[in-house]
Amino acid sequence: MSDTQGRTPLEAALSRRDFLRTTGAAAAATAALAETPAAFAEAAPANLSVKGMGPQPIKLTLDVNDASVTTAVEPRVTLLDALRNYLDVTGCKRVCDRGTCGACTVMVDGKPIYSCTMLAVEAEGKKIKTAESLIDGGKLDAVPAAFVKYDAQQCGFCTPGFVVAMRAAFDKNPRATPAEIEEALSGNICRCGTYQQMRDAIAELCNKQKKGG
Amino acid sequence: MKNFTYYRPKTAEQAVALLDDKWGTTELLAGGTDLLDLQKEYIAQPDKVIALRDVGINQLRLDGVDKKPDDFILGAGMTLAEIAAHGGLKEAFPALTTAAGDIGGPQIRNMGTLGGNLCQRNRCWYFRDEHTPCLLKGGDKCFAIDGENRYHAIFTQGHKCVIVNPSTLAPVLIALRATAEVLGPKGKRKLKLADFFHAPSSASEREHVLKPNELVLTVTIPYPKLKNASYEVRHKQSYDWPLVQAAVAFQYADNKATDVRIVLGHVAPTPHVADAAAKALEGKEVTEATASAAGEAAAQGAMPLSQNAYKVKLVSVAVKRALLTAAGRKKYWEV
Ligand SMILES: Cc1cc2nc3c(=O)[nH]c(=O)nc-3n(C[C@@H](O)[C@@H](O)[C@H](O)COP(=O)(O)OP(=O)(O)OC[C@H]3O[C@@H](n4cnc5c(N)ncnc54)[C@H](O)[C@@H]3O)c2cc1C
Ligand code: SF4
Ligand code: FES
Ligand code: FES
Repeated sequence: MSDTQGRTPLEAALSRRDFLRTTGAAAAATAALAETPAAFAEAAPANLSVKGMGPQPIKLTLDVNDASVTTAVEPRVTLLDALRNYLDVTGCKRVCDRGTCGACTVMVDGKPIYSCTMLAVEAEGKKIKTAESLIDGGKLDAVPAAFVKYDAQQCGFCTPGFVVAMRAAFDKNPRATPAEIEEALSGNICRCGTYQQMRDAIAELCNKQKKGG
Repeated sequence: MKNFTYYRPKTAEQAVALLDDKWGTTELLAGGTDLLDLQKEYIAQPDKVIALRDVGINQLRLDGVDKKPDDFILGAGMTLAEIAAHGGLKEAFPALTTAAGDIGGPQIRNMGTLGGNLCQRNRCWYFRDEHTPCLLKGGDKCFAIDGENRYHAIFTQGHKCVIVNPSTLAPVLIALRATAEVLGPKGKRKLKLADFFHAPSSASEREHVLKPNELVLTVTIPYPKLKNASYEVRHKQSYDWPLVQAAVAFQYADNKATDVRIVLGHVAPTPHVADAAAKALEGKEVTEATASAAGEAAAQGAMPLSQNAYKVKLVSVAVKRALLTAAGRKKYWEV
């Protein structure tokens, strides 16, 4: 197992916060840890104005599904692990952790990417959207709604990645053809083989878009 | 993954200044589609990772109206998706845009960059396995030569390490006579893509000739209106690297191909310039017969390993199809 998944010592301390809070000193220490710009721990070499961040956990503010969230992660933590293990945004799934399955797909600045293959710190200042964003005031977005209607999932583990990739494709080109949507999904794999049901969902979505729906 | 200190310089000069002069301790991070994999497998264990996201090398410039009106200058930070979708590039260099558009899947192309593509490490499974101490990881043996080698080199002469260069853009850029501009501690230098790659045989070498403290700024493609195409033979339409790739470029006037360049990918430790094939076509019309003959010539001299003789035939097929595509002939294989 890759150690980017595990919580760092600091993070472990943070998640034990409730327990530690019983002693005032520990609570103060934890708070201090979270607030120091630990990011800029290492002094930059003299000839440079570039400061390093880490290797200790760095305080990170991310824009996730239109909310600004803050955590502290070591530089090696991927965006996927930061979302899942530090921010409890668990829509994106960890399957291969090697950029070869698509289960971790999220949008960064509107483009679908593999969150397992991007460092969390690289996503700073960018807009991150996960499957959780595909709902508007209790109304499911058309893409996941079509998945539900056509039963386009079995175990459902690949589904959050597929719906994000598909939403991104329709956002890019609302008049995309089914073939273009399929091409846009070629970075996602469904191990249960629900491709035919996905095709049905795609057919309906493309039809709707054509009619200006 | 071993932890590291992360740097985010604002200029290429700052990035270069952060790099060590030996491999292993520092690493540039572009899209991360190769580097993160290597780090997770402990093949790369840098102490410092230097992010290129803010150094401003992700533009495409069409150079000057005056001196060199026809150069396309691609920033090394351009993503594969940007390259594949660019209208001007599509028109001038279909070889490049198809090759870029066939890499990985959409997510990989949204992340992966031109610079990272040229500098990515090889895909030999022994190399990628932390526990196999082969030549490129400081050991004294190549495990592929008498091991599992079906995706390895077929032009193996003189090579102790029989990887194939993994870049799909490399053969195309060589065929198009592109040049890289590289920044090091002492300033910039220009390097033909034809001279960019290197067959490594030890842990202190990479698949290219850059020094550990150099970075690619741009790649310039001259535009002398060459017919060009890239054809890949692959297992699957997405995710996989090609088994064999042929990139071709030539002048075509009065039905005569001149200035022919044929470069093969995924058959040798560096992109393989097939001079015999180019010669076979020089001065001739591109027909199924001449393209076929060039394809046969391209495969000459191959010395496959125990499991990859199949690639020899694929070379002939890929060259033939690339030539016919570039010349705008009927794609008989697309029915
Ligand atoms: C599933 C999958 C399929 C793939 N298929 C293909 C394929 O068919 N063909 C293909 O060619 N590739 C393929 N790739 C490899 C893919 O990683 C590259 O194509 C991509 O372009 C790498 O770019 P990057 O920006 O992500 O590189 P990174 O991972 O950021 O960097 C790779 C290396 O290049 C160095 N580097 C990056 N930028 C520069 C620079 N400007 N100057 C100097 N050094 C630099 C880094 O230090 C690092 O060592 C595939 C990858 C995956 C995961
Ligand atoms: S081909 Fe090269 S990388 Fe692969 S085992 Fe042999 S020496 Fe190592
Ligand atoms: S978990 Fe990221 S691509 Fe598989
Ligand atoms: S529904 Fe199970 S992997 Fe797709």
